[in-house]
Amino acid sequence: MSTQPQHHSYRKSHLAQLEAEAVYIMREVAAQFERPAILFSGGKDSITLVHLARKAFAPGKFPFPLLHIDTGHNFAEALEFRDWLAESTGAELIVRYVQDSIDQGRAVEETGPLASRNSLQIVTLLDAISELKIDCAIGGARRDEEKARAKERFFSHRDAFGQWDPKNQRPELWNIFNGRKAQREHFRVFPLSNWTEMDVWQYITREGIALPSLYFAHPRRVFRRGSMLMAESEHLPLLAGEATEERTIRFRTVGDITCTGAIESVAESVDAIISETAALRVTERGGRADDQRSEAAMEDRKRQGYF
Amino acid sequence: MTTATQLPPGVRLVEPARAHDPYRDMDLLRFSTAGSVDDGKSTLIGRLLYDTKSIFEDQLEAIEGATKRRGETGVNLALLTDGLRAEREQNITIDVAYRYFATPKRKFIIADTPGHVQYTRNMVTGASTAELAIVLVDARKGVLTQSKRHGFIASLLRIPHIVVAVNKMDLVDYSQDVYDAIRQEYTEFAEKLDIKDLIFIPLSALEGDNVVSHSANMTWYEGTTLLHHLETVNVGADRNLVDFRFPVQYVIRPHQDFRGFAGRVASGTITPGEEVFVLPGGRQSRIRSLESADGELHEAVAGDSVVVTLEDEIDTSRGDMIVRKMNVPTVATRVDAMLCWMNDEPLDPSVSYILMHTTRQVKAYVSQIHYRVDVDTLHRQETDSLGLNDIGRVELTLAQPIFLDPYQINRVTGSFILIHPHTNVTVGAGMIRGEAKTTAELFAHGGGDQATAISPNVVWEGWNVPREERETRNGHKATVLWFTGLSGSGKSTIAARLERRLFERGCQTMLLDGDMLRHGLNGDLGFSPADRRENIRRVGEVSRLFFEAGNIVLCTFVSPYRDDRDRVRALLPEGRFMEIHVDCSLEECQRRDPKGLYARAAEGSIRDLTGVTSPYEEPVNPEFVARSDIHSADDIAVQLEVRLDADGILKA
Repeated sequence: MSTQPQHHSYRKSHLAQLEAEAVYIMREVAAQFERPAILFSGGKDSITLVHLARKAFAPGKFPFPLLHIDTGHNFAEALEFRDWLAESTGAELIVRYVQDSIDQGRAVEETGPLASRNSLQIVTLLDAISELKIDCAIGGARRDEEKARAKERFFSHRDAFGQWDPKNQRPELWNIFNGRKAQREHFRVFPLSNWTEMDVWQYITREGIALPSLYFAHPRRVFRRGSMLMAESEHLPLLAGEATEERTIRFRTVGDITCTGAIESVAESVDAIISETAALRVTERGGRADDQRSEAAMEDRKRQGYF
Repeated sequence: MTTATQLPPGVRLVEPARAHDPYRDMDLLRFSTAGSVDDGKSTLIGRLLYDTKSIFEDQLEAIEGATKRRGETGVNLALLTDGLRAEREQNITIDVAYRYFATPKRKFIIADTPGHVQYTRNMVTGASTAELAIVLVDARKGVLTQSKRHGFIASLLRIPHIVVAVNKMDLVDYSQDVYDAIRQEYTEFAEKLDIKDLIFIPLSALEGDNVVSHSANMTWYEGTTLLHHLETVNVGADRNLVDFRFPVQYVIRPHQDFRGFAGRVASGTITPGEEVFVLPGGRQSRIRSLESADGELHEAVAGDSVVVTLEDEIDTSRGDMIVRKMNVPTVATRVDAMLCWMNDEPLDPSVSYILMHTTRQVKAYVSQIHYRVDVDTLHRQETDSLGLNDIGRVELTLAQPIFLDPYQINRVTGSFILIHPHTNVTVGAGMIRGEAKTTAELFAHGGGDQATAISPNVVWEGWNVPREERETRNGHKATVLWFTGLSGSGKSTIAARLERRLFERGCQTMLLDGDMLRHGLNGDLGFSPADRRENIRRVGEVSRLFFEAGNIVLCTFVSPYRDDRDRVRALLPEGRFMEIHVDCSLEECQRRDPKGLYARAAEGSIRDLTGVTSPYEEPVNPEFVARSDIHSADDIAVQLEVRLDADGILKA
């Protein structure tokens, strides 16, 4: 105790509180599970997870490999970033391919011009979890992203088939996390549950976390599809009436190229992105084709074992 | 790290921000909301999100569309927050949902708890992390049993701030009479509960009255708006910054020369160099360093995730607890607790559950169910089991000890969950009252908690004017503060400063000093062990009389024997005896020697002097340790006043 009055600096800033909470969760995972892994999507949330994992176990190394489920529809920059991050942190990188699941007949590719491999990732992910005997997959999902996620737990139980039952979740009280499970069951753990998009950006700038260049404004050939701007790509054949043009854009999320929309932007720094985010009137996931399919789209995918 | 020139083009380094930015450094408030099915809770949250511009256009469009499809007009704000499909179909919220919004003043996390069948379980869950609770009351319906239930659970979970939002004022013509009646009825009910801060706000979530801006329809209401209250309520003072508790979470050992204990400070503060104990076992060491990824820290505070290294090689692992040498928790295998049952399968006394407490897991069974609380009437009912949504007082027997504090003073070391050993599901949530005592132990301690002890055969008539009435008139609770420590440690000085502070804020106080009583009442007693014992017995009885008269009684006595102090403690109800160890090294006391006693002992003119020629038994588990060799008497007096405030003593 200092000789100063009690109440001065003991109240921590929101970022300090969120960081301490996420670090606590990371350590709970390491203590309660045998073979945990970080689900690495290449997006800023999973990059933030890796940063938090480093901080949680410093001066040691964090005890999780990075697992990337590759749809094959990648931005080249995202892969460059992934490999660089794995190398610079010394983390083990495990990649499993949706293409392999398709070739093995475990997943059937959607057809048509709006086909996406997004839902096929579920198969590859669940196969990887059972192949690698992963008992806990750490994900970067946040509760503010989407309505169905607002009720997600930090420690989210999945049955032996990888399914989530929203009506029968374990109550989660105080900061006590119950990671007990039967054989073949696993957990998804979300250390960023209480973070908002703004918190993540503010934390990135506070900590100086490197990101894929895709997040910053850059010129790119894009075309308009519905309300979204999509990147020109061999995986996205143009429909009648669509044409590409060069625009200055950036991405708010980084995922499968076929369902990640860009926004027009001149934000070249994190500070500029933060100002833009503060003024933006559309959610991050508003740029994702997969969520727009039905009002309950996310919930349906989650029940089946989506990230 | 790779340098910038070798970076692949897909990687962008980000410079850590150096300039201070108030938006990166905001305060965070976690609050819960509870309401019955039609109280308009979802609408209120929707209104807060909408009016603070926390809703994005695509969300709004989706809701406008959904509103239309349901054949309604306008924007149904409730649709923003009712997440799951089942809820949308049944129009009912069924699980705790978390929402986020921010204003330029604060960030907020809402635990939105539903108001129907599974509701106690959900309300308890949402309340467990909240610092403030909003209880919704429908102005048309008045105070329903459900609104009372919310208040009870909020007080049970010790949420320090409660806001009763009297909603739908638009449907009662914004009538002040309606509001006043609800306010009065709820205030009367809340007097039975332990709520530190209770306020009322009349509002209309649908129309936006008094949510974000003052209502032109209720000019008679001069209080704050809901949002203004949320932005300004002082929640910093509610944490326990006194009792250092560090549950070891994970051991970090990157190489032979580094062995660090990772964890989150549960309460209190710690600095490098301080003497610590490691439980179980009580092995002693000092803090060598407090490590973080950003470098060594000079202090760690409640809530911080850090890595602790110790001076000595001590075999320590997950589930152990590092505490200050002079301030240790209770180590117990029998626990007295309030338990909320959260599973369809009722509590089964024959099952060995798994009890999770901080980072420790032990087997435990429920050895006794004292009673169940009817959450609507607050009456106690006899029962032999607890079913879903029941709350009861139980005794648990544990296979190994846990290191606990009462939930009332420590939300982290005072809480636990029970897990079913076969299904692995969390079935119960517990709030610890303390170590469980047998009936024999209770009798030996003269009754213990008066409200619940089994009546002894002696009929006690009670005081003519009950203490509770005196406390209500005084505006604060009665309590006994027992200062123990060596002669010259500063007991009298600290107590005198504290008494003056309390007196000046209007408290009824009495200071009982060793020397003073030895001049009169105890003038016949010497300093032999038997006389010392009798001295303390009389003092205990005197302090109890002042206590029953409604005073905050400050007692300053060397009181070297543990048994004697415990006997005084047993005269008073639970939570009304604060043992304060005024801890000062003998050398420092000898140096100060305000009464010249040490000098006289050295000359041989005094035979019995505590600490020199007769023993001093240090308190094992004092409520407060005052390091008078480090802190000034004034600082300690302030700390004690803060503590009394936090314990709710300074309120009636």
